[in-house]
Amino acid sequence: MNPALALSSSTLVHLSPVDLVIIVFYFALVLAIGLYLKEQANTGEDFFMAGREMTAWVAGLAFLSANLGSLELMGWAGNSYKYGILAAHWYWIGAIPSMLFLALVMMPFYYVCKTHSVPGYLKLRFGQDCQVLSSISFALMTVLMSGINMYAMAVVMKVVLGWDINFSILVSSITVAIYVALGGLRSAIFNEVLQFFLIWAGALLIPILGLIEAGGWSGLQAKILQNLTELHAANPGSYTHVWSTLGNFSDNPMGINWAGIVFGLGAVIAMGYWTTDFLVVQRVLSAKDLRSAELAPIIGAAFKMMVPFIVILPGLLGLALLRDPHTGGLLRLVPADLAWSKAGQAQGLHGYDEVLPLMLARYCGPGLLGLGITALIAGFMSGMAGNVSAFSTVWTYDIYGALINKNATDEGKVKMGRWITVIGVGISIGTAYLVMHAQSIMDYVQALFSFFIAPLFGTVLLGMLWKRATRAGGFWGLLAGTLSSIGMYTWGKLDSTSVRYLALSDKAQDQAQNMFRALWCWLICIIVTVVVSLMTTPKPDNELKDLVYGLTPIPKQQHVSIFHSPLFWGAVVAIVFLILQVIFW
Amino acid sequence: MKSGGSLSIWFFIGISLAFNGAVIFARGIYELMYPPAIQVVLYNLHANVWWGGILAILGVFFSLRFSPARERARMSGNS
Repeated sequence: MNPALALSSSTLVHLSPVDLVIIVFYFALVLAIGLYLKEQANTGEDFFMAGREMTAWVAGLAFLSANLGSLELMGWAGNSYKYGILAAHWYWIGAIPSMLFLALVMMPFYYVCKTHSVPGYLKLRFGQDCQVLSSISFALMTVLMSGINMYAMAVVMKVVLGWDINFSILVSSITVAIYVALGGLRSAIFNEVLQFFLIWAGALLIPILGLIEAGGWSGLQAKILQNLTELHAANPGSYTHVWSTLGNFSDNPMGINWAGIVFGLGAVIAMGYWTTDFLVVQRVLSAKDLRSAELAPIIGAAFKMMVPFIVILPGLLGLALLRDPHTGGLLRLVPADLAWSKAGQAQGLHGYDEVLPLMLARYCGPGLLGLGITALIAGFMSGMAGNVSAFSTVWTYDIYGALINKNATDEGKVKMGRWITVIGVGISIGTAYLVMHAQSIMDYVQALFSFFIAPLFGTVLLGMLWKRATRAGGFWGLLAGTLSSIGMYTWGKLDSTSVRYLALSDKAQDQAQNMFRALWCWLICIIVTVVVSLMTTPKPDNELKDLVYGLTPIPKQQHVSIFHSPLFWGAVVAIVFLILQVIFW
Repeated sequence: MKSGGSLSIWFFIGISLAFNGAVIFARGIYELMYPPAIQVVLYNLHANVWWGGILAILGVFFSLRFSPARERARMSGNS
C-alpha cells in the first residue's frame, strides 16, 4: 500500500461544519441532476450522445471540463512548482493549436459521418480490425484512468483531510455510477459544466490573493528568483519564461528543448489527445449542429488559455511565498515518494502535488475552503464520470454491438449502457486498489497516453487526410505504434541509460521522455501505415465519401454574421494565444 | 437554450452558485462580528464577504434568468 495512506496522521486542512454543508450540498445536487435527467435518456442517441442537442457553450465547456479533473489541477500545479512556468506549455501549445485543428479541420468529418465514437469512425474508414483494436485499447485505458482518478482522489482526501480511503472511493464511485447510469452522457455533461463553474469559483481566489501578497507579477518573479538563488537551484531565472530557455536541454528545469515541446507535445501528444481521445471528442459530438460542433472546441480553447491562471500561477506562488510555519524559512516541497516516506512524514515534508491545497489553506477560511475542496471533489468525480461514460459508449457500440450482439436493438443498447456503466465503475474500483501499489501515478497516466493516444492520432489523421491509406495500413500502423510505445517504455524501465537515445539527452526528466516517446511511436505508426498502404489496394473513392478530405462535401452552413463564424473566433483565439507566448517569452 | 427538458443546465449552476455564495457570505459576516482566533493570510481583505457576495449575486441572476417558468414561457413562444 502507498505509504501516504498509512502514514498520514496530520492533515493539511480541517473542515468546519460550514465546509461540510457545501460539500454535502454538491453531492445532493449531482444526484438530483441524475434523477431529473433519467426521463430524458430513453434512446441510444439520448443516452450515449445526449440527444445531439447541446449548444456550443454547453458542449464546449463540457469538452474542456472532461479534461479539467483534479488529477490535472493538482498535478499541474505541482509541476509548475517543480518546472516553473514551462508547465503552462501543456495548456497553451499543448492544447490550443490542437483544439483549433479539431474544430476547423477534423470536426466536419466526425460530424458528417455521424459516428458514435472514434473507433466507430475507424470502422467506417479502415474496417472492423482497426475498430476492435482501438476500442479495446481505449476501453482498457478509460477504466484504468477512471480507477487512477478514484485512487488519486482518495489519496488527496486522506492527505488533505484525513478521510478514510475506502470511504472516499465508495462514496464517489457510487455517486458517479448513479448519475451516469441514470442520465447517461447528458448527465455527465451537465455535471461537467457545473464542475467548471465550481472549479473557477473555488480556485480563482488563490491567484488573486496570491498576486496581491506577492506584489504583482514583477514581485512574484523577483521573489522566485530570490528564493531559488537562496536554494542554489540551477537556472533560477528560467522558472518564469516559457520559450527563452528552450534553446538547450540544460538551460531549463525540465531538461527539454523547443523541439520536444513543439513536436512531441504540440504536434503529437496534444493533437492525439484533443482530436482522437473519445473522452473529449464525445462531448463535441453531442453538439446540435455542425457550427456548434466547430464552435465548441474554440470556446473550450478560449477558456483553456486562462486555466494557467488557476493552476500554474498557484504553483509559482507556492515557489515564491510558502514558508515553514515553525522556522519561518523557505518551505521546499519534495517529490511525493520522499514526502510520503516514513522519514518524510517524520520531518513534515509535503509533496509537489500538495501545493494547490497548501495555497488553498493559506488564503481560504471556513466556507471558502469547503468550496475549494468541493471543486477538487467535483473535478475528480467529473474525470471519473467522463471516462465511464466514454467507456460505456465504446463498449456498447464498438465491442458489444460489433462483436457480441450485432442485432442489438436500440432499447437493448441503452439497457447495456446502463449496466456497463455500473460494471465500469466496479472495474475502476478494482483498478483504484491495484494502483495503490504503483510508485508514481502520473508516470502510469503518461505511459497510458503514449501507448494508446499518440499512435491513434497517426491512424485517424492519415485516415482523414490521405485517401490512399488502406484497411491493412491503418491496422498495422496502429498496432506497430502501440507496440513500439510499450516497447520503448519497457526499455526505459529496464535500462536507465536508454534515455539518451529515447529523449536525445541524458538530462531529460520524466515529462521530456514522455514527449519524445510519443513522437517516435507516432512516427512509427505513420511510416508503417504509409508503407503498408502503398503495398496494398485502397478502397474505391465512392466508399470513402464522407470520411476523407477531398471526398467529403461539407454541408453549407446558413449565412451567419462574422461574430457567429467559427473561423473568426478561431482566429481570435489563435491571436490571443500568440500574444500570451510573446508576453511570457 | 435546449439542453434537457424545461430545467436548463444554467439553472442548476445558478442554484449552486447562489447557495454556496450565500453560505460563504454569511460566514464572512459572522467572522466580521466574531473574528476567528486563527486567521488565514490576508484575512484583513475579508475575501469570504465579497467573494461570497459575488457568487451569490451571479447565482441569483442565473437562477432567475433560466428559471423553469421563464424557460417554459420561452419554449412555448418558440413553438
